[in-house]
Amino acid sequence: MFELTGIERRYADDVVVSVPAWRAEAGEQWLLAGASGSGKSTILHILAGLTRPTTGCVIVGDTDLGTLHASALDRWRGRTIGFVPQRLHLVTALDVRDNLRLAQAFADATHDDARIRALLEALQIGDLARRFPRELSHGQAQRVAVARAVVNRPRLLLADEPTASLDDAHAVMALELLRTQAIGVGATLVIASHDARVRAALPRTYPLQVHAAAPEAAT
Amino acid sequence: MIARLAIAYARRRPLSTALVVLLLALGIGVVTLTVLLAQELSDRMTRDAQGIDLVVGAKGSPLQLVLCGVYHVDVPTGNIPLATVAELRANPLIAEALPLALGDSFRGAWIVGSEPELLEHYGGHLAAGALWNAPMEAVLGSAVAEASGLKVGDHFAGSHGLALNGPQHVDHPYLVTGIATPTGTVLDRMVLTSIASVWVIHEDHDEEDAKDTPTEPAHDAGSGVTTKSPATTPSREVTLVLVRYRSPLAAATLPRTINATTDLVAASPALETARLLTVFGVGTDVLRGFAWLLVAASALMLFVALAQALEERRYDLAILRTLGATPLQVAGVLLLESVALSACGALLGIALGHLAAAAIATWLPSAATLAPAARHWLPDEWLILALALGAGILAAWLPAWRAARLDVAATLADN
Repeated sequence: MFELTGIERRYADDVVVSVPAWRAEAGEQWLLAGASGSGKSTILHILAGLTRPTTGCVIVGDTDLGTLHASALDRWRGRTIGFVPQRLHLVTALDVRDNLRLAQAFADATHDDARIRALLEALQIGDLARRFPRELSHGQAQRVAVARAVVNRPRLLLADEPTASLDDAHAVMALELLRTQAIGVGATLVIASHDARVRAALPRTYPLQVHAAAPEAAT
Repeated sequence: MIARLAIAYARRRPLSTALVVLLLALGIGVVTLTVLLAQELSDRMTRDAQGIDLVVGAKGSPLQLVLCGVYHVDVPTGNIPLATVAELRANPLIAEALPLALGDSFRGAWIVGSEPELLEHYGGHLAAGALWNAPMEAVLGSAVAEASGLKVGDHFAGSHGLALNGPQHVDHPYLVTGIATPTGTVLDRMVLTSIASVWVIHEDHDEEDAKDTPTEPAHDAGSGVTTKSPATTPSREVTLVLVRYRSPLAAATLPRTINATTDLVAASPALETARLLTVFGVGTDVLRGFAWLLVAASALMLFVALAQALEERRYDLAILRTLGATPLQVAGVLLLESVALSACGALLGIALGHLAAAAIATWLPSAATLAPAARHWLPDEWLILALALGAGILAAWLPAWRAARLDVAATLADN
């Protein structure tokens, strides 16, 4: 489903994140493992087309991301990628339903309120559609963030540290949510995490090499 | 959805949004009001001078002649012989010559000795009663009738000169025979009578003057019809003549001929008011400049609010990018928010300007003719709206540009 070849991302302070070769088939579920500062987020951003690698080739589906212009890459991302950031980052000015509509709007998808209703029902948060993010618990907000990531039926679902700061029970629920939703929309799943609980839940792991002198901030 | 988001953001900070909109509305309101007032001023001056190509009177300031004969806000320059009217009427270049004899006033309105044609000249009709047909009978302009409460059949006394508290001619009361319809012109602020009435009053008056004091220059400065030596028999005189040309060609030669070959002064209302308006223009320009300063201040405030909002929304904007928004769309959210706010402020301001004009028209009787202008949308207001929106775009430009250049990966990683 995607293939990374010879990827290196260099920063000004000589920090290097590298993935020599990583290939995943459609529908597979992967853990991108590595300690803090090993560049897990960077690799997720490269897969999502949010960052371009310094060298190397990124192919997602049939698309070589290196061939896409900036705005074409943005449109491609909206249609192809579902992204669950670590801090969830719901748009606080909009209610839950509008947060999902926003995702539809930028993916060039037509307004589909029936899809939003069905998805929220399936995630057992159907009654929260008109709530604002500040009125949600962390667990509810995470469900909304996952709903927003899968509302356009992406082919690649990416999640950054979804279990950080969660207790065991909630960590299991969060992982279960991502795995079932990825299967539900037929997406390939990549979870970036240094959490041992995630390793136990996912069948495949890509271990990211830790590079020396990598500061904490480059997670 | 971008519009919805922009409005949602604006509603999230109601205080700052309301302040920006109000400040902008205030500035735009004053700009609109000055535009309405300036328009009304020039409209009124045009209306009052309609059909008057030239004012012919005694030697003196042409501007004073126009202010006196056309706008009725100044005293005459002196008198001219009645024979002048006939001479002017005989001139083939002149279509109409209306004599005006001024001397007394009633409640600040000139008592105008003239001919019935003057009523027609200003497009007035009789709302009640009849025209005068004997000396000491008068027709009141609508504003004079309203302010004084006089009806047909009532009597009133004129006072000497244009001053409100001048000596009154109590022994020569006028009889109100008619009241004119409102015309929106200076006619509304006139008392019309026959030229003979003015002569009657001032023949007696001059005899009194002769008894009291042989010469009275200060007195004469306030009245046109009395500049006569008491020794001579009063010759028939008028104050000035309103002239309408037969063809525009007359403008090229007639004023020059009159000014060069006679003792008279010929003043063009169009030229004199144009001179006057350039003086007024400075005042309204300064006021309008301050109003635009207010608009600029609110644009600056909008800029600060948006720059601040940009910092608060960095993550939101990064998330929009992960959802597939292009940099242009992200910038569009800020631009749209700014434009929406400035449109609100501008429309509110224009409404305020019109409301203020309507209020002025209601509370200031002398500005009553402003009322119709307050209800109309002037072409200049499109320009005001466009400039306000331009200010909104300008205010959002830098924040929007920075939003477009946001480093998404760094922002998401920067927890």
